[in-house]
Amino acid sequence: MTREAAYEKLNEVFRDVFDDEEIVVNDSTTSSDIEDWDSLEHINLVSAVEQAFGIKFSMGQVVTMKNVGEMVDIILGQVD
Amino acid sequence: MRELEYPFDSEYILKKAKSIKKALLADGSSRIRKKIAVLGGSTTHDIVKVLELFLLHYGIEPQFYESEYAQYWQDAMFDNAELKEFAPDMIYIHTSNRNVQEYPELSDTAETVEALLDKSYRHYEVMWDKLQESYHCPIIQNNFEYPFYRLLGNKEVSDIHGRISFLNRLNERFYRYAREHNHFYINDINYLSACYGLDKWADPFYWHMYKYALCLPAVPALSFNIANIIKSIYGKNKKALVLDLDNTLWGGVVGDDGAENLEIGQETSMGQVYSEFQGYLKRQKDIGIMLNISSKNEEENAMAGLKHPDGTLKPEDFVLIKANWEPKSNNVAKIASELNIMQDSLVFVDDNPAEREIVRSSLQGVSVPEVTSPEQYIRILDHSGFFEVTSLSEDDRLRSEMYKANMERKKEQESFGSYEDYLHSLDMKGVIKPFESLYMARIAQLTNKSNQFNLTTRRYTQAEIEQIAADSSYITLYGKLEDKFGDNGVVSVLIGHREGGLLHMDLWLMSCRVLKRDMEYAMLDTLVHTCAKKGIGGIKGYYYPTAKNKMVENFYALMGFKLEKTDEDGSTVWYYEIEADYANKNKVIKVVEA
Repeated sequence: MTREAAYEKLNEVFRDVFDDEEIVVNDSTTSSDIEDWDSLEHINLVSAVEQAFGIKFSMGQVVTMKNVGEMVDIILGQVD
Repeated sequence: MRELEYPFDSEYILKKAKSIKKALLADGSSRIRKKIAVLGGSTTHDIVKVLELFLLHYGIEPQFYESEYAQYWQDAMFDNAELKEFAPDMIYIHTSNRNVQEYPELSDTAETVEALLDKSYRHYEVMWDKLQESYHCPIIQNNFEYPFYRLLGNKEVSDIHGRISFLNRLNERFYRYAREHNHFYINDINYLSACYGLDKWADPFYWHMYKYALCLPAVPALSFNIANIIKSIYGKNKKALVLDLDNTLWGGVVGDDGAENLEIGQETSMGQVYSEFQGYLKRQKDIGIMLNISSKNEEENAMAGLKHPDGTLKPEDFVLIKANWEPKSNNVAKIASELNIMQDSLVFVDDNPAEREIVRSSLQGVSVPEVTSPEQYIRILDHSGFFEVTSLSEDDRLRSEMYKANMERKKEQESFGSYEDYLHSLDMKGVIKPFESLYMARIAQLTNKSNQFNLTTRRYTQAEIEQIAADSSYITLYGKLEDKFGDNGVVSVLIGHREGGLLHMDLWLMSCRVLKRDMEYAMLDTLVHTCAKKGIGGIKGYYYPTAKNKMVENFYALMGFKLEKTDEDGSTVWYYEIEADYANKNKVIKVVEA
């Protein structure tokens, strides 16, 4: 999977979870860039991302992820 | 909404919660409003979010109070102005084995374990008592799910030091409390987690990451289960099943294969599957669900199939049997009207996807579960929670008989010259008295279920009913009606509150199963007698229109009340002056009063 394809899919997940069709994320996007992205919605986001890509984050990964770029790194490391 | 019917896609619900909520709120349906306090022992955010969806789907618009993280006990036990002000209609306590503070040590004696069990239980019992005393509302309490590991292996369940043993015993104490308290309901997460798969349910990731006592994808299963209890308490259960015959109740097509060649009974594995399903349905009947048939068959063939010697269900187990070639949607609509219940009280079960689609698309509110293969019928019907039992009255057990007796009355009615002759011939006996403890469950149930013959459509919990019954500023009456065909049980409920010399009617309802039997006149007679005894000179009646109660728009006029006021929304206020020489209006029912 290319980074572009991953982002395309990821944008859809973000739009679903935050119910906002305008969202576009990039490597440097963090929770402070999206209004509804608080610690509670984060749980749903992580779960929806796992489902969309058919992967599972470990606790260590979730805890250390700093921005969307790092999330994509982990995703690309797990999908074929 | 299809997305919220069992078996639902949990990931989809979690992901799309926001847009699902918007769609539900925009669908224009009318909903009752309820205030629900969620007291959590762990994170409850998504549980509440998804619970809201299921409740909206069930016609309940909730408003939530959510305790701060893990503050369930503090919220309950100590003065809490916010919760007091919120005044919950219902309290849900979301605790789990993560909230058990102390387990037995291996060195503990049996007495020590017993003392610990007692201490752990009291922690909850004092809380329930306190909540009941402060809020007088139903409480839903989780039991404990099993831990995800077993230190002692299989011995964990039998050894008194085992955590599984300990939790089982604690659960048993919870159940005893539930048996002894009417407004207390167990939310069985032990069963839910078993269905879901305990290893997945209890995934420690979600506890250590987010302090969730269950994995996020299991949240919809939990919320659905809670919603089922709540909608059942508010009288929104389904009431009747409409079943297909061929390949639904037995294998094969009776018209083609002949009754003797149907698959039912212990001879073949498919026959066993259908037998188990029939047995399950028979037990549904025992809890008050009315069984009906809609089958595309000659009636003669349908009956031949139902009389199969190996069948568990017999023709007499059904209230209505419609075997004909008309569209099933017509038959299902007819069944609703003949039973005198709303279409949305029906569940339609048919193996044929085309029939399901016709019924689903042409009859609003009828539930049509996606039954797939016969060996899955029971699970799908069962887990759909259509008939969630929160109270079980004698009436529920006898419901099918009562409805059948109604059918016989109808037949007999046709053979009489005048309607009054017919009513006399029924040999009706009524009991009309102030609320009695024996009937509180049934009375509360009626206030929540009755939609059509209901002047104010006020809903009451059993706790509220009991409070009102004990309050001398209220006049309450329940009416039972019996006739030569059988006992209809409690069929009418009146509540009025006194202000000076006037009685204001808060509630006047009657079950549609006794329409046109003059029971309403008998109720008025007793109401007037009761008022006269207490020195009340007049009665104020109120009618509030809803989508379902047009039938009683002019009820008070028929009862002899005078119209005093009509509001823009169609609400009306009526007045009845109590005369000293009141003559009873009911002439056909022999009434026993208090």
